[in-house]
Amino acid sequence: MGIGEAASTMLAAEVNHIVKSYADKAVVNDLSFSVAQGEIFGLIGPNGAGKTTTIRMMMDIIKPDSGDVTILGEKLSEASKNKLGYLPEERGLYRKLTAIDSIIYLASLKGMDRHSAEEKANELLNQTGMLPHKKKKIEELSTGMRQVIQFLIAIIHDPELVILDEPFSGLDPVNTELLKRMFVDLRNQGKAIILSTHRMNEVEELCDRILMIDNGRAVLYGNLTEIKSRYQNNSVLLDLKGELGEVPGVTGKRTRKGYTELMVDGKTTPQQVLAHLVSRGIVINRFEVATPSLNEIFLKVVGKNHE
Amino acid sequence: MTLIVPLVALLAIGVFQLISGIAEPPVAEEVTIGYVDKSGGFEGYTQQDKVNLVRFDTQDDATEALVEGDIKEYFVIPPDYISTGVVSRYTLEKQLEAPAEIATAIRNFLLSNLLAGKVPAATVDRVEAPLNLVTTRLTETGAIAPEQGGFGNFIIPVVFSLLLSLSIVFSSTYLLQGLGEEKENRLIEILLSSVSARQLLTGKVFGIGAAGLAQVVVWVISVPILLSLASSTFGGFISTIQLPANFLVLAVVYFILGYLLFAVLSAGIGAISSNTREGQQLIAIFTLSLFVPLWFMSLLMLFPNNPIWVVLTIFPITAPVEVMIRLGVSDIPAWQLAASIAVLVLSIIGILLLTIKVFRTYLLMYGKRPKLGEIIRSFRSG
Repeated sequence: MGIGEAASTMLAAEVNHIVKSYADKAVVNDLSFSVAQGEIFGLIGPNGAGKTTTIRMMMDIIKPDSGDVTILGEKLSEASKNKLGYLPEERGLYRKLTAIDSIIYLASLKGMDRHSAEEKANELLNQTGMLPHKKKKIEELSTGMRQVIQFLIAIIHDPELVILDEPFSGLDPVNTELLKRMFVDLRNQGKAIILSTHRMNEVEELCDRILMIDNGRAVLYGNLTEIKSRYQNNSVLLDLKGELGEVPGVTGKRTRKGYTELMVDGKTTPQQVLAHLVSRGIVINRFEVATPSLNEIFLKVVGKNHE
Repeated sequence: MTLIVPLVALLAIGVFQLISGIAEPPVAEEVTIGYVDKSGGFEGYTQQDKVNLVRFDTQDDATEALVEGDIKEYFVIPPDYISTGVVSRYTLEKQLEAPAEIATAIRNFLLSNLLAGKVPAATVDRVEAPLNLVTTRLTETGAIAPEQGGFGNFIIPVVFSLLLSLSIVFSSTYLLQGLGEEKENRLIEILLSSVSARQLLTGKVFGIGAAGLAQVVVWVISVPILLSLASSTFGGFISTIQLPANFLVLAVVYFILGYLLFAVLSAGIGAISSNTREGQQLIAIFTLSLFVPLWFMSLLMLFPNNPIWVVLTIFPITAPVEVMIRLGVSDIPAWQLAASIAVLVLSIIGILLLTIKVFRTYLLMYGKRPKLGEIIRSFRSG
C-alpha cells in the first residue's frame, strides 16, 4: 500500500495508471488512486486538470488509452455500472417528463423494476421534501430542485460508489446542507463517495482523503489532516488583550482583522509560546495553532505548477 | 398516423356508400347548341347523346340566340369545310378549350352526316370509336397471368412508396430529435453511465424502428382488406386495382432495411451535430435523396426499361422507394432485387460500424461540431 492510499482492505474503486489523450495531448497522464468503502474522497484540481475525464473513465463512459479501473475488486464492466451512481457536472433531464417518472425511468436503466423504483423514489422524495413536486414536469422545477432530483437518480439504486461532479453548484444553502447530510448518511452506511468540486471549504468539511490533480497528474494525494499538517507554516493565531511585547522564539508578527498571527521559529513549540504569554498575565481570548486552509494549499501547489 | 391512413381510407369508402345510398343517380343535363351550315349536307343526327343541335340559317341568328340564352354556344361549318376541316366555334364563356362532351358531339355529328347513306350505321359507330384496346398478359406457358399490368397495378405501389418514405423519414427524424434533445439537455452522460454507447444506439434504433414497423405492418395488412372493400363498393377502375406479386413482403423488407439505413445515419449525424437543428439540416441531404424516385416517376412510366432505374434500384438511399414504384410499372428481375437488398444490408453494416466509432466520442462533445478531418481520424482510430 503506497503513501496516501486507502487504509481499508476493501476498496470501492481502484484506478491504476490510467492515461487518456486527445489529439496527442495527454489529458490524464498515468493517474493512480484508490477509494475505500465508507469514505468521502475529494477529487480536486483547477479547470482543465482532467477531473471530468478521470470520472468518465471511472464510469466507463470513455475508455482509457491504457491502465484500468476496478470497482469492488472487479474490472470495470457493464455489470459493474449498476454498482455506481453518478451526478455529472453537465446536468440535464427530460424536460417534459415528471420528476417521479424521470427517477423511475433512469432507475430502470440501473436494473430496478418499476415497483421498487417507485417505492424508493417516493421514500427519497419524502426525505428531501420534494414529495409535493413529484408530479411536476422537470421544466416546472427550479434549478436547485432539478439538482436534488438528479442526486436522487444517482443514489436510488443503492450504489456502492457514488461519484458527484460539482454537486453544490447552483444550490441554495438549504439544499447544500441537505445534500451534505445525505452524503454523510451514505458514508455512514459504508458507501464510498467521490466528490469533485472547486469549493474547498466543502472538501475540508466532508472529505477524509483527497486527490489533487493538475495537468492530468496527481500532485497531492492522501489523508486531508496529514496533507494540512504537511503544509503547516509554524504559526499561531491569537486574540488577546494587552501588550504582546517580546516573545521568545517568535520571528515575526502579522496583525489581521480580529486576531494576530505569530510566526514561530522551528525550535519553539506553540505550547511554549502559550505558556510564556500566560506567565506574563496576558488575557487570551483565542489561541489556535494555525493550519493552512485547503484553498491556500491548492493555490500554493497549483500556483507553483503554473508559474 | 399508424391507424389514420387505413381509417381515412375506410371512412372514404363509408362516405361513398352513404352518399350513393342516399343520392339519386346523377342525371346529365341536356345542352342545346346551335350550328350554321354554309357547306351544306349537315342536317341529320342532331341529337348526340345529351347534346341537342339546332340549325340556324345565318350566323347573326345564331349569335342572337346565343346572346338571348336560347343556346349555350354555336359553331359554323364553312363552305370549304371538306377541303380544310376547319369549324369555327362561338361561346360566351372563357374556356381553356372546348368541353370534351361538346367536342365529341360536334365530331360525331359531322362524321354521321358525312358517312350517312354511304356505309352501314354499325360502321358509322365503329368509325366514331374504332379502338377499345384490351391487353391481356400471358405467362411463359401461354396461360393468362394472375398479375396483369396497367394503372390498376400501379396505384397501390405509388401510394405505398410515399407512405413508406414518409414513415422512414418520420422514424429516423424522431430518432435524431431524441438524440439531439438528450445531447442538448446533457442527459446523454447520465444514460451512458448506465448503458454502453452500443446499447444506447441499438436500443434507440430498434425501439423506434419497432414502432415504425408496426405502423407499416398495419398499413400492409389493411391494404388488401380495404382494396377488396373498395372494389365491391366503387367498382369500375377501383375493381381493376391489383397488388403486385411479392408487394407485401417487399414492402416490409424495404421498410426495415430503409429504416435501418436512415436510423444509423441519423444516429451518426446526431452524434456529431452540435444541436437538433444542425442534425436535421445534415440528414435532409439524405432524406431528399430518398424522394428522388418519386420526382422521376413520370419518366419511369414512359421509359420503364432505362438503365437509370436499375441504378436507383441498387443505390441504397433510393432503393426502398424505387423498388416500390417499379413493382407497379414493370417486373423487377430477381438479380436486381438481390443486388439491391445486398447493397442495402452492406451499407447498413458499414455505416453502423462507422457510427459506433464516432458515437461514444462525439456524443459528449457539446455545442461544437467536429471537423471532417477529426471525424475521419475517429473512423481510423476507432
